[in-house]
Amino acid sequence: MSFLQRFKPEFWDYHDVASGPYKHLFDFRRIWYLSVLLTAGVALIPVFLLAAIDYQVTQKAIESENVLRTSRLVSNTRRTLSFLLLERRYALQFLVGDNSLEVLNRPGRLAEILKNLQDSFGGFTDLEVVDARGRQITYSGPYDLTNFDYSRQKWFAEVVDRGSHTSDVFLGYRQSPHIVIAVKHQPPSGPFYVLRATLEADRFHRELLPLAPGRGGDLFIVNAAGILQTPSRRYGNTLEKVPLPVPEYATTTRVLETDNADGERLLIGYAYIAESPFILMAVKNKEDLMRPWYKARRQLITYLVISISAILIVVLAVSTYLVSKIHTADQTRVAALHQVEYANKMASIGRLAAGVAHEINNPLAIVNEKAGLIKDLLQQENIVATRSKLMAQADSILASVKRCATIIRRLLSFARRTDAAFEPIEIRDIIENVIGFLVKEAEHRGISTIIDIAPDIPPLRSDRGKLEQIFLNLVNNAFAALSDGGHLTFEGRKISEDRVRIAVIDDGCGIPPEDIKQVFEPFFSTRTSQGGTGLGLSITYGLVQEIGGTIGVESRPGVGTRFTLTLPLNPDIRKNENNSRVAG
Amino acid sequence: MKTIHVLLVDDEEDLVVTLAERLELRGFHSEWVTTCEAALEMLKHKRFDVAVLDIKLPRMSGLALKRKMEALAPDMKFIFMTGHGSEKDFEEGTAEAGVPNYLLKPIDIKLLVNRIVEMVS
Repeated sequence: MSFLQRFKPEFWDYHDVASGPYKHLFDFRRIWYLSVLLTAGVALIPVFLLAAIDYQVTQKAIESENVLRTSRLVSNTRRTLSFLLLERRYALQFLVGDNSLEVLNRPGRLAEILKNLQDSFGGFTDLEVVDARGRQITYSGPYDLTNFDYSRQKWFAEVVDRGSHTSDVFLGYRQSPHIVIAVKHQPPSGPFYVLRATLEADRFHRELLPLAPGRGGDLFIVNAAGILQTPSRRYGNTLEKVPLPVPEYATTTRVLETDNADGERLLIGYAYIAESPFILMAVKNKEDLMRPWYKARRQLITYLVISISAILIVVLAVSTYLVSKIHTADQTRVAALHQVEYANKMASIGRLAAGVAHEINNPLAIVNEKAGLIKDLLQQENIVATRSKLMAQADSILASVKRCATIIRRLLSFARRTDAAFEPIEIRDIIENVIGFLVKEAEHRGISTIIDIAPDIPPLRSDRGKLEQIFLNLVNNAFAALSDGGHLTFEGRKISEDRVRIAVIDDGCGIPPEDIKQVFEPFFSTRTSQGGTGLGLSITYGLVQEIGGTIGVESRPGVGTRFTLTLPLNPDIRKNENNSRVAG
Repeated sequence: MKTIHVLLVDDEEDLVVTLAERLELRGFHSEWVTTCEAALEMLKHKRFDVAVLDIKLPRMSGLALKRKMEALAPDMKFIFMTGHGSEKDFEEGTAEAGVPNYLLKPIDIKLLVNRIVEMVS
């Protein structure tokens, strides 16, 4: 026995044989499926929905939280950097405004200013003054640079044009990353001049370092060409090209998602720093950002799987238990039904017993007389009996014995037939067999029976025992209703290719209209005083259903009653030997 | 002694034929019929001392037949026989004929002869 079979409930392969057209009510596997489907559906759909909604909401919340955080980081950093740059530019602007060209050109003054700047701001490398023609006038710093002509350089043109200039990071002569800030000053009289300062770019990096996001995140500055202006953790060193697209210009902080060359999903926050060529970029690995969510998701899914398993186990167990209970109850019902059917059959036989006894007693009486006569003849002193006379008596005895045997055999075969077996049956045989039990009673009461079965009715496949019982019940009822000299008619007609209609018609007392609806109900009887159980017609109704037929009744008090059976020629009843329960 | 005339009425011909023959062998004059009509018809032409009737006869019970026969032959005696032996029949039979005249089938011939002789004497 396989593992599954051990758990297979008893109802799984059960096929009801006694439910007739209501077979679907007793398809326990179907009931089980329905029960499991409905309960599991009702229990699981809300769980799934809630889990899905929670999943979506949490994921969205965490994603937008990440975007918000990145955006805030970039905004704050931009503000810091802008301030850093502005602060220095304003300092230079103040200096250039506060010191006239003459003062600036004074020996030692520029060096003094540079020292002050280094002391107060830090990061200033050198200072130089350029005249309106682009020629370096004064220089103060670590290098020996004099008389430089900047007139053709782009930064000079920009300063002339816009009043100030902030350069990209470059190595220049100094072989370390620097930026240049230059401001123009237009004195009230005379030509303008420019103060140009070189600052260590490292200063920005140091500013960014404490702000950089943890765990694989990156915070750096690029220029419009995508060249790194500060070192980055993962995307190269200063002045290297960053392997990421340069984000499009925007006045505000923006956050976008993109994939890098390794296929990792990145969350990039960026901002253009005003009045500078710099773009601040914060790069975060989305995978890392979503890690807390993955953990939460794992917990959610684990919870879901455990819940679903628990629900399914309970649903399966409860459904199996309930359907098993129903099945057991139904088995008991079927067994009880068979008991009642059998009891009804025995009761029918009991009702016939008196008649049958008479039937047997008559031939016995003949045997008695014939045997007596033979004895009489043999006792005569002068035997007048001829051999042929004695022979005639013996033949008569044998014929009487045969009569008895026929009656007994019919009775026994009727009583014993309890197993459900479908076989081809001539409906006329059944009727004649049943009438055979009552032929003497009919004779004595002057009841005539007419069997009018259309010749085109083929043998029908049915259960002989059940059919006999059905007709016996109907005939018993008819005999009870008929008065002496009445008529009992059996009428058989083929009504379609696969069905026949058999009517049992009597011209007896009939059934009152108020009773006719109840005649097939159990325990309804108008003959309780005469020993009626009220089960005969209800059992007949059940039996007709079991062989796949239907039964109806019409009656008019004083005119007669007509029971109409519609029977299938080939009933589509699944026969299952294991399940055909036989009582008795 | 005068010969006793017996009329046998039963729907089983084999039974009445044999019974009649056995009564003949015992010195009775017996005739038989199988229907009520024939029995009544017979009474119109012949006289009988005793009638032996089956209780269950086609179309008419033995008791009903008895009443009709009594009208035709008021001093005739009756013996009933039955194979049914139901309580109801027995009660009716005894009420109508008295216990001694009610016989159960199969009939004991000695008992029948004794009854007939007792009734006639």
